[in-house]
Amino acid sequence: MHRITIFAGHYGSGKTNLAVNHAFQLRKSHPDKRIAVCDLDIANPYFRALDSKKALEISNIEMIASGFSNSNLEAPSIPSSVSAIFDCKDILGIIDVGGDDRGAYALGRYSGRIAEEGAQILLVCNCFRPLSKSPLQIESFKREIEAAANVRFTGMVNNSNLGSETTAEDVLKSMDFIDAASAACGLPVVFTAARRDLLPSLEGKMPGLVGIDIFRTEKWRI
Amino acid sequence: MEKVLMKGNEAIAEAAIMAGCRHFFGYPITPQTEVAAYMSKRLPQVGGVYLQAESEIASINMVLGASSAGVRVLTSSSSPGISLMSEGLSYIAGCDLPAVLVNIQRGGPGLGGIQPSQADYYQATRSSGHGDFRILVLAPNSVQEMADLTMKAFDLADKHRMPAMILGDGILGQMMEPIVLSAPEEQKPAEKPWAATGTGGTRKKNIINSLYLQPDQLERKNLERYERYKAISESEAMYEEHLMDDADVVLVAYGATSRICKNAISMARSKGIKAGLIRPVTLWPFPEKALANASCRAKSFVCVEMSMGQMIDDVKLAVKCSKPVYFCGRTGGMVHSPEEILKKIEDANGGVINEHCI
Repeated sequence: MHRITIFAGHYGSGKTNLAVNHAFQLRKSHPDKRIAVCDLDIANPYFRALDSKKALEISNIEMIASGFSNSNLEAPSIPSSVSAIFDCKDILGIIDVGGDDRGAYALGRYSGRIAEEGAQILLVCNCFRPLSKSPLQIESFKREIEAAANVRFTGMVNNSNLGSETTAEDVLKSMDFIDAASAACGLPVVFTAARRDLLPSLEGKMPGLVGIDIFRTEKWRI
Repeated sequence: MEKVLMKGNEAIAEAAIMAGCRHFFGYPITPQTEVAAYMSKRLPQVGGVYLQAESEIASINMVLGASSAGVRVLTSSSSPGISLMSEGLSYIAGCDLPAVLVNIQRGGPGLGGIQPSQADYYQATRSSGHGDFRILVLAPNSVQEMADLTMKAFDLADKHRMPAMILGDGILGQMMEPIVLSAPEEQKPAEKPWAATGTGGTRKKNIINSLYLQPDQLERKNLERYERYKAISESEAMYEEHLMDDADVVLVAYGATSRICKNAISMARSKGIKAGLIRPVTLWPFPEKALANASCRAKSFVCVEMSMGQMIDDVKLAVKCSKPVYFCGRTGGMVHSPEEILKKIEDANGGVINEHCI
């Protein structure tokens, strides 16, 4: 197992929700370890990993985020405490990178440390996003993000979803897409994420399923 | 139809392309930057022009130029950027040119903040520039409507030869929802015999201009334009009614706020309070008749806005102050909770007159 897992990809592919889910999974499998989630998003003004800070801290998961995130000050800054993930070898670290190549530039700051450490770097894919519907589009996001961050992906995650309206059928439909994207990128599919309540109708029908929860609460949800 | 998961800002951009818009001029500002980012990626793929201008003032004047040449054109910004566009917008209206602009509102005044707001209602419906003019204002409340109303805005702008604004807020711009992008029914693009497309030596020159040398000419032009506005206000108002059949307390809200109102209304109904919602979809023209009709049977109104109270003036005018109109506002980038709206519904149902109720 890699000590550090990094989620990157097209914006809106679901990186933040996966990062938060991954943290809770790690807490379950490693009840006594230090775990830290790092919000490295310098692109997105709202809907950030920081929104889950309270829930994470209740599970004794540390949150590393810019003091300016979720404020009115738009300062694309990276806190110095991100280095703790690399310096403190007892931490299991999760890094939530901003969307697209623009968001991934921030990760480039740590490319040397990542190369030394050998992190798991996952390309998050959602085939229901209009600009990442085809394997070719996914492959170009892969190249652009790798060039911006000066890192190489080690695998991909199929996170194909239509938000709260996702059905089991939608997830099944994404199988062909992710296989083709995997071939186009030369990357293994590490897992397919599906909302936990969809698992019973999916089990046995596709490989590598991981149940996830949706942590975003929206009072304007109707 | 195929569903896709989109951000509100992206939906506006893709819908504009589907409506035949091939020209975008803008300047980035949170929380609408994805409109420009999406256009910069997509327009070159469809043979369009994406140009990041040096400022909002430049953008709106590029819009004026493109529209003069008869093409569909879009610009997009957020509150402070729209203020910079005021002069150009007035010129566009004065030239009787169609144009679509997007305002994804953020907290103000001044530099304010980047969190969602609805405090540009006055600006959009009253004072988007100097002089006597109106613009069409469309207020979506979902990512689906961001797309649908953008397509409609292009049609309305062409039909009436005037600017149309999509007035959203940071929540709608940033949130993601599954939508179906369906192209408008096959229709003939509006004829633009007035456009400056070159005479080919076969017709008189078309002159696009807002300057009138004689005051009586200008007055005639303004009177004529207001005749058109009158017809538009009678024919183009759009609104949604939600649980209005038996409503005692009528909430009036647009955009993201209307979604929170629906949750508050469910809570009120489970407590036995008959609450309903009128959601203006066009803010100009304002759906006055729907509100006037509701005032016959409703006990009271609650206007819910992410501002210090701007649309409330239109609500009071529409109901001719015949019923109490309460106000429930958050400002500066703060968003209502359903509970605080519920509290106001309870006040309005009990008929308590307090300092917020006039």
